Amino acid sequence: MQKIVIDPMTRIEGHMKVEVTLDNTGTVVEARSSGLLYRGVELILRGRDPRDAARITQRVCGVCPVPHGTASALCLDSAFGISNKIPKNGVILRNIILASEYVHNHILHFYHLCSLDYADIVRAVSYTENDFEPLRQFASRGELAPFMPRYEGDYRLNDDDNKALVLHYIQALEMRRKAHDMLALFGGRTPIQAGIVAGGVTSQPTTDKVLSFYWRARELYDFIANAYLPDVLRVAKAYSDYFGIGAGCGNFITFGFFDLDGDEPDYAKRKRLLKQGTTDRSLKYEALDLSQISEVVRHSWYDDDGTPNPKKESAYSFIKAPRYNGITHEVGPLARLLVNYASGNEEIRKELEILMGELSIGVDSMLSVMGRHIARAIEAKVIAKALCDWVLKLNPDEPTFVPYELPSHAEGIGAIDAPRGCLMHSVRIENGVIANYSIISPTTWNGSPMDDNGQRGPIEEALVGTKVSDPENPKEIARIVRSFDPCIACAVHVTNLRGMLIREVRIFA
Amino acid sequence: MGKVAEIPVIWLQGATCTGCSMSVLNSIRPSIANLLLEELFPGKHINLRFHMTLMAGSGEIVLEILRETKESFPNGYLLVIEGAIPTACEGLFCTVGEKDGKPTPFMELTKELTNNAIAVIALGTCASFGGIPSGRPNPTGAMSVVEFMHSNGINKPFVRVPGCPPHPDWFVGTCAHIVLFGLPKPDEVDELGRLKLFYGKLIHDNCPRRGYFDTGRMAHKLSDEGCLYEVGCKGYVTFSDCPYRKWNGGINWCIDNGHPCIGCCEPGFPDVMSPIYERFFEERLPKLKLDEATGRLILVTGQD
Repeated sequence: MQKIVIDPMTRIEGHMKVEVTLDNTGTVVEARSSGLLYRGVELILRGRDPRDAARITQRVCGVCPVPHGTASALCLDSAFGISNKIPKNGVILRNIILASEYVHNHILHFYHLCSLDYADIVRAVSYTENDFEPLRQFASRGELAPFMPRYEGDYRLNDDDNKALVLHYIQALEMRRKAHDMLALFGGRTPIQAGIVAGGVTSQPTTDKVLSFYWRARELYDFIANAYLPDVLRVAKAYSDYFGIGAGCGNFITFGFFDLDGDEPDYAKRKRLLKQGTTDRSLKYEALDLSQISEVVRHSWYDDDGTPNPKKESAYSFIKAPRYNGITHEVGPLARLLVNYASGNEEIRKELEILMGELSIGVDSMLSVMGRHIARAIEAKVIAKALCDWVLKLNPDEPTFVPYELPSHAEGIGAIDAPRGCLMHSVRIENGVIANYSIISPTTWNGSPMDDNGQRGPIEEALVGTKVSDPENPKEIARIVRSFDPCIACAVHVTNLRGMLIREVRIFA
Repeated sequence: MGKVAEIPVIWLQGATCTGCSMSVLNSIRPSIANLLLEELFPGKHINLRFHMTLMAGSGEIVLEILRETKESFPNGYLLVIEGAIPTACEGLFCTVGEKDGKPTPFMELTKELTNNAIAVIALGTCASFGGIPSGRPNPTGAMSVVEFMHSNGINKPFVRVPGCPPHPDWFVGTCAHIVLFGLPKPDEVDELGRLKLFYGKLIHDNCPRRGYFDTGRMAHKLSDEGCLYEVGCKGYVTFSDCPYRKWNGGINWCIDNGHPCIGCCEPGFPDVMSPIYERFFEERLPKLKLDEATGRLILVTGQD
């Protein structure tokens, strides 16, 4: 038996430790993923003006703040009784701002957080083409940080593919920045936008902005279709064994997102571009029932009443363990893709079938490290295309915001999918201020520790059974973990849904 | 080609959301690719040795970089701290790496690395003033790196680059200033240690909606045209160049987007600045006092 500890796990958001135990064949027999930062944002929200939540919760995560701002706004809308009264412009603008964040996050994830696990940037300094001159100059100074040191071995892309990946790594630094610029057109600025609020959006669509946005979205769509997606295929072909690695728990859940109309007050039933629901290996679609979500803390650093306690003996993470129907579920792009494939989403089916044909794989193979990368890239393309359509539906003459009365007592819930998966915000307002606020974020699901029944979290489950070829350079572990795009700042929260009484919240009556 | 001076930078992340890093990645001139690969100015290369979100390596091999940097660069390094320092519960609310099977609290790492630093750049409002994690009731005893150094008797030059998040130009510009001219001289920074170049002017004085304020045209709800004072704007107590620098390539900023300034560059954010959407009263401004030992103005925490 041998133990491997990776701490810090880098190229993710936040502070994460991964610990695996290998048997004498080098196969992972036990795995633990830990979140190592606790800030207590939900406690900080208590006693504040409810409207402030849409600003403060964005500071839960600076990589994906918009989903928190959006989920919080939807949560407040429901508490204020206006969830079906947001003007059409407001609904579209929220989609546009959040979808821009998706595009930014997916490009960042594949290139800057993951591609260095596959592309060999050190080999690239010996390429003679002009494009590599900045890299050669860089290497000639004799310092290779931050690209070295790294886990060695298994950089197996051929030179043509390696060149494409390395050049696109550099180009993608600019493209992800351009996605942020696009976001700021209606979001005010980013990271951490100043546009989405309870009641709608503060900005007004104007013709010049629509024009500018449309062409920015077009440029990003072109990059996704002509660089990102082909690059994922390059990696997937060279590392085809990673279709058989990191399958995970095989249960999937999504809250869906991008509201196609704002008339249905129940977010679990709202018509969305990517549909909400659950599925598993059988690919049978099931409708979403938010009341089936529960959370436990036996292996998390909290006492039963939710008080943080980093010295708790049985615990190893600040992340809690949310479960659906009591069972471990994976969230994120792969979950959205498979749920929508199962529910018969034509566009998703078409895109996926083309790629599966090119790679000669079946849907089963999508439950894997490479499957997650492919799902993310397909989604980026579908969303970038939708952006080009949505922005043309804005009407400069119509409102973007609806006024409301602040209730002294109310409860609300907001449920959407963030780039990394299911995101739920819920609030209880008493005497006009926040009495309780709860957030369950994507990595709370994926990065969760073992639950009270001994079921591992999704990342842990994906690690178990993996053969590690070189324990000094545990690349397989890093690649599996990163395929989930963990975000630890998001994942850690303290208050829970016990006492929030989801079933009694009006919108689910 | 003459010899290139390597300016080693260690960038640590404590109680942060990584928003400061994401914002700095948005730098345009220089781009982040320019910054990583090329010389910031001829003969000067920023050598980013440690950054958890960008660096290739993981685990023990990257902790080794921290030790190695101390040895290879005896003249020190620039230490960038992003995020607040959680100090409650022996610092166990944020840990990075392990030593002898025990987690290393971020505050211990900070202590260790401030010792050999040439200077500390407190990046973002959390590192500068405590920020969101220090909002009441401050569940983790989070404090700014400046306050942390003072309370641990560490006396290092520092520059604050607040903002939640900070504009990329504020950080890259502060680095460039240090590279070109050395640490800021007393008259180049304000009483809080922020470069006046970026934080010297009141937003309200340069606001494009100032004309509305002067003529009394007030927005009474969000999305209205008019001055945003009544819907909570903190621009008249917040110092930054947002109104003319603007954000994300100069295409927009909070107030141009119809959203009140939330005062994210100032000490006391978020507590002093909330409720965000209600009119601000000046009595809520934080108090500053003169620190006898250092002659610096410091923020009085735990005030009413």
